[in-house]
Amino acid sequence: MTTPLISFQKLGMEFHQQRVLVDINLDIARGQTVVIIGESGCGKTVMLKLMIALLQPTSGCVTFDGKVLADLDDQALTEQRLRFGFLFQSAALFDSLSVFDNVAFGLREQSRMDDDEIAKTVRQRLQEVGLPEAVEEKKPAELSGGMKKRVGLARALAMNPEVMLYDEPTTGLDPIMTDVINELILQVRQRTPVTSVIVTHEMKTVYKVADRVVMLHPLSRLNPGENQILFDGSPSALKASPDPRVQQFIEGQARERLQELATQAQG
Amino acid sequence: MATDEPSKPGPIESLGLVAMHGVTILGDFSLFALQTFGWMTRRRPAPGTLLPSFYLVGVRSVPVVAITGMFIGMVMAVQLYNQFHKIGLATHLGSMINITVVRELGPVLAATMLAGRVGSAMAAELATMRVTEQVDALSCLGAHPLHYLVVPRLLACALLIPLLTVVADFMGIMGGAFICTRLFGVEAHFYWAHTESYVTMWDVSMGVVKAFFFGIAIALISCHRGLNGQPGAEGVGQSATEAFVASFVVILILNFFLAIFLVTAYDRFILQGASRTFF
Repeated sequence: MTTPLISFQKLGMEFHQQRVLVDINLDIARGQTVVIIGESGCGKTVMLKLMIALLQPTSGCVTFDGKVLADLDDQALTEQRLRFGFLFQSAALFDSLSVFDNVAFGLREQSRMDDDEIAKTVRQRLQEVGLPEAVEEKKPAELSGGMKKRVGLARALAMNPEVMLYDEPTTGLDPIMTDVINELILQVRQRTPVTSVIVTHEMKTVYKVADRVVMLHPLSRLNPGENQILFDGSPSALKASPDPRVQQFIEGQARERLQELATQAQG
Repeated sequence: MATDEPSKPGPIESLGLVAMHGVTILGDFSLFALQTFGWMTRRRPAPGTLLPSFYLVGVRSVPVVAITGMFIGMVMAVQLYNQFHKIGLATHLGSMINITVVRELGPVLAATMLAGRVGSAMAAELATMRVTEQVDALSCLGAHPLHYLVVPRLLACALLIPLLTVVADFMGIMGGAFICTRLFGVEAHFYWAHTESYVTMWDVSMGVVKAFFFGIAIALISCHRGLNGQPGAEGVGQSATEAFVASFVVILILNFFLAIFLVTAYDRFILQGASRTFF
């Protein structure tokens, strides 16, 4: 069996005594496209940020390419992080920089390219995500939500990452732009042998891009002793899952959840 | 169903939690400061980050600092003239106003204005960057937030707040002189002669040295609060407020200890063992 590229071992995470993840074991193989789904607040984005060591686990460990991320010093961690590309939920473009400077940022910081090579790479990446040269000088505040996401994707791709992490890449976009982003995720995978981890609520994205689906469940709603990963398998197996909670999620039905929320609100 | 509700702490536990929170923040701030100084020595500031910080801290603060300085001098002249005139020492007003401005009021009030104008803006900007995940994005792209965001702001504050203090001092001196000599009719020759005999370069340097430390404090406190604030819009506002309040308190405390240190240093090393010492 080959060594997984990313591995979570007995991983736990808590914020201010509030436990979010408990005893998570997950291996992601090189070249796989894994989609993580689950209710809001169940720790999906936290998992994504743990993979790139933007957060440190409170127990257990995350390994990337055989290295425990928590054991790396600043420089070694930066080297490993540069093997990732991260598309943030809000795109996280730098407000004070133009689109061009945003995409060129990582190249200027880390690579030894000259200005011409950087400009060529930036234009190529912007073209790949379907953005014209006219947007280069615009500031992020002048862009629509879909354009911001595409600039964020171009910025992440500029560094030729081995792993792409997508945090809710289609949230807040119209159905057509959602499909554009899905297609771009597929194109990235076709062009390069990239490993992708996508956090989403969008079932269309799941069925379109996933090789494997992992469903997380909020700790507060688990049965005693139950694993937080409710489902781990292929998209077709997800559809056939006998777990009513999985079916409830993929069909987007409130059912008894509405009653539970009303009870919670009453204290 | 598993529940994860933490139990409500009692009064003693609450007190302990507050104390632990305070110690944690202090420890966290000390580490933050040490790491920032480490980054200053390890790598040159990132290209394109210094000039915007210098512009924001330096150029854009000149008007507010100049106005602050001028009115300090003018108000002191108005407040002191009657008392000095009654005892026939109106021409000594120059020495009194100017020594107070260059030693104490210029540096402290200029730093206070800058903590409000620059410190709060820095805290709010960094807090917004944190809330919108721009700080995380920096890390993902191989730039360390301390090196990219904090070091340029620290350099700008440490180097330019002393210069802005000189501007405040100059305007304070001019403001005081204008009111005394033009409005109250104090003889300008004696006004300046007394100033010259009493205010030395050491007094001006004392204010500038203080301003250097105030600049470091403002930058570190504001950046720390910005990068460690609570999430959401309320968190951004809170970071800006905390940055100003903490900077202001630290400026006052630092001013006291720096005054003791500098006065003692003057006595020991310049007056060579005069009787006035605090240590």
